[in-house]
Amino acid sequence: MGAIDAGCLLFFGYPITPQNEIPEYLSKHLPPLGGTFIQAESEIASINLLLGASATGARAMSSSSSPGISLMQEGISYMAGSELPVVIVNISRSGPGLGGISASQGDYFQATRGGGHGDYRMIVLAPSTIQEMYDLTCLAFDLSDKYRNPAMILGDALIGQMKEPLIRQKPEKMDLPPKDWALTGARGRKPNRIKSLYLQEGELTEHNWKLYQKYERMKKEEVRFETVNVEDARFIIVAFGSMARVSKSAMELAREEGMKVGLFRPITLFPYPEKGLYDISKQVKQFLTVELNTGQMVEDVKLSVDRDAQVYFYGKPPGALPPPEEILEEIRKYYK
Amino acid sequence: MELVFKRPECLIDVPFHFCPGCHHGIAHRLVAEAIDHFKIREKTIGVASVGCSVFMYDYFNIDVVEAPHGRASAVASGVKRARKDLIVFTIQGDGDLGAIGIAEGIHTANRGENITLIFANNGIYGMTGGQMAPTTLLGQKTTTSPYGRDFTYDGYPIRMAEMMATLEGSALVARVAVNNAANLMKAKKAVRKAFQMQTEEMGFSFVEILMSCPTNWGLSSLEANRRVEEEMIPYFPLGILKERKMADYL
Amino acid sequence: MNSDRFYYDVIVAGFGGQGVLAIGNLLAYAAMKEGRQVTFLPTYGVEMRGGTANCTVVISSKEIGSPIVQRPHAAISMNLPSLLKYGPRVLPKGLLMVNSSLIDLKEVSRNDVELLAIPVNDIAIQNGNPKLANMIALGAFAEKTKWIGMPSLFESLEKVFDERHHGLIPSNIKAIEIGAKFVQSL
Repeated sequence: MGAIDAGCLLFFGYPITPQNEIPEYLSKHLPPLGGTFIQAESEIASINLLLGASATGARAMSSSSSPGISLMQEGISYMAGSELPVVIVNISRSGPGLGGISASQGDYFQATRGGGHGDYRMIVLAPSTIQEMYDLTCLAFDLSDKYRNPAMILGDALIGQMKEPLIRQKPEKMDLPPKDWALTGARGRKPNRIKSLYLQEGELTEHNWKLYQKYERMKKEEVRFETVNVEDARFIIVAFGSMARVSKSAMELAREEGMKVGLFRPITLFPYPEKGLYDISKQVKQFLTVELNTGQMVEDVKLSVDRDAQVYFYGKPPGALPPPEEILEEIRKYYK
Repeated sequence: MELVFKRPECLIDVPFHFCPGCHHGIAHRLVAEAIDHFKIREKTIGVASVGCSVFMYDYFNIDVVEAPHGRASAVASGVKRARKDLIVFTIQGDGDLGAIGIAEGIHTANRGENITLIFANNGIYGMTGGQMAPTTLLGQKTTTSPYGRDFTYDGYPIRMAEMMATLEGSALVARVAVNNAANLMKAKKAVRKAFQMQTEEMGFSFVEILMSCPTNWGLSSLEANRRVEEEMIPYFPLGILKERKMADYL
Repeated sequence: MNSDRFYYDVIVAGFGGQGVLAIGNLLAYAAMKEGRQVTFLPTYGVEMRGGTANCTVVISSKEIGSPIVQRPHAAISMNLPSLLKYGPRVLPKGLLMVNSSLIDLKEVSRNDVELLAIPVNDIAIQNGNPKLANMIALGAFAEKTKWIGMPSLFESLEKVFDERHHGLIPSNIKAIEIGAKFVQSL
């Protein structure tokens, strides 16, 4: 829905649980709007159909889940190298391997560190409500166009399967630069080339520095996060996506017991809100990172906070989802 | 003096990097002539595949996007689906289409994508240094089949054109060679036909060109041309395997 | 449901095919129609039919944090395995509704919760359509808890059911009413 409202009329994908609701919805709703939905023969084909479509300047997207996202990594790397915008939704499931279909945040590293080969980054947005799933999808298209870079929506089975009310209001579109790089036919201009192969001496070095500058600009301009009750907090829970919701309830339970607990929720996982965390850590010295994995984002939290801050971790590998009471138990353990 | 032979407009005035005697330059020229013939340079998009064909953008005076290895036909489909008004073609080698990208190639044909795929079959991996390809002939020595291709080890050479022709989605399937003047004229006709069918929205057009690779075959240019005639053509017979007419769709 | 601040949650559980997710979906839509904050979270096995299915519905006057609930205010158990799993988790003084057509009440181990036993399959069969057992359960639950009003529940059927099934809405409404009447008659 967010995709359609962002003006995306091209979807290429391959079935995989637990994200089938997205292609099923779009296969029904895109054609009447003059759009195109293709069920490709694999995720490898999907991402390359996207590469071709994006090269013409069109907005295009795909969605998949962890194993499918792994198959797309080659294409994502090429698109990062060729500076092509695209939006990919990962309703992640549990791994490694075939894993299972339960909710997991085990793809954090894959998403935030690039995922494919080469020295690149992807814009990664982590919604924690259905409303945000919509809003951030629209934002992802804008950011991806703005930076000519792939953007990912990283959700999980919890967000992917849940229903809650949504207010469908098209967000204002960003002021975006014209796509004069797009392949539209070389009429009255020099041919455009979209490529990631640079063999001349020094070319690739220069290209990589250019990409680096882009990532640095994202770090300055695009960081987004939410804080709750940090003003008087002595203890902060750091969590993203679905776990941020459960943590928010745990925070409320802790407050009822008189513990001054706050919540820090990164919305952009890349660029990571390093400074936001650092600023808070000058006052608050206790942090509990909660994740649906055995410890991934906690590394970024440790890198971000002031050096005398304590960073604790509570993680759950895929399987049972932790209810707020379990997190409350952890807070009680460390809260001073 | 009258000019009787000139560079096609849509080729840039630079020397090809291809090895002496290689047929790749001829394939480029055939495509360029077809584009010039239909006056579609300004709306044609090339998809560069990985292999010796990757430098397409250095030679063609058109917009070009580079695809990952094996994925050129998927990328070409993506371009076409986003912009049906553009003419889209790719030149894929035998490793690209016959091995790593066989799924993408077959499904592109099966969906009847209205693009043109030129299949450059020289039976070897040229760019990576002469390794065995899916179309390497039985007994042929390569750097990864040093004792000669043995079907009990490596399977048989794949006939891509025949495979493409079985698919309902393909509109034109041809196999040609450019090893002598007579074959070259037929090849030129087939490539032109392929682009014509795309402009008429007839669907997927496929032209396999048997090519030489003198360097990796360890032969001189002329010996390589002879090898195409004596060894390749008997296994990969030439001709139009399939041609849909407009009436077929009515 | 008249107070300004409220928070309720329920876990609905049973076999796949018993219409458990439809119960949760309808509760959630009806609450949404009444302007409440709501979350609906399904979990199910890999089988389409015959596996386990359950869903958690949270209805609140303010933004909902966790859609996962460890100890719910209420549980609807449509079969024995779900009673054994979720029965012990209901909060003290909470509501435990069981499908007494399929569950022997001797299996209920709690005496600190309110027990509502409804033979939903039997009632459905008596009224001519065994497939509507889940709607009997929904009607009974809605009548008992008054979390949501019947009119919004009826309106939600149109949203939850695919258009090709809209012809079935009147019979579903009737089943919901029968479930509600059964509770009134207790």
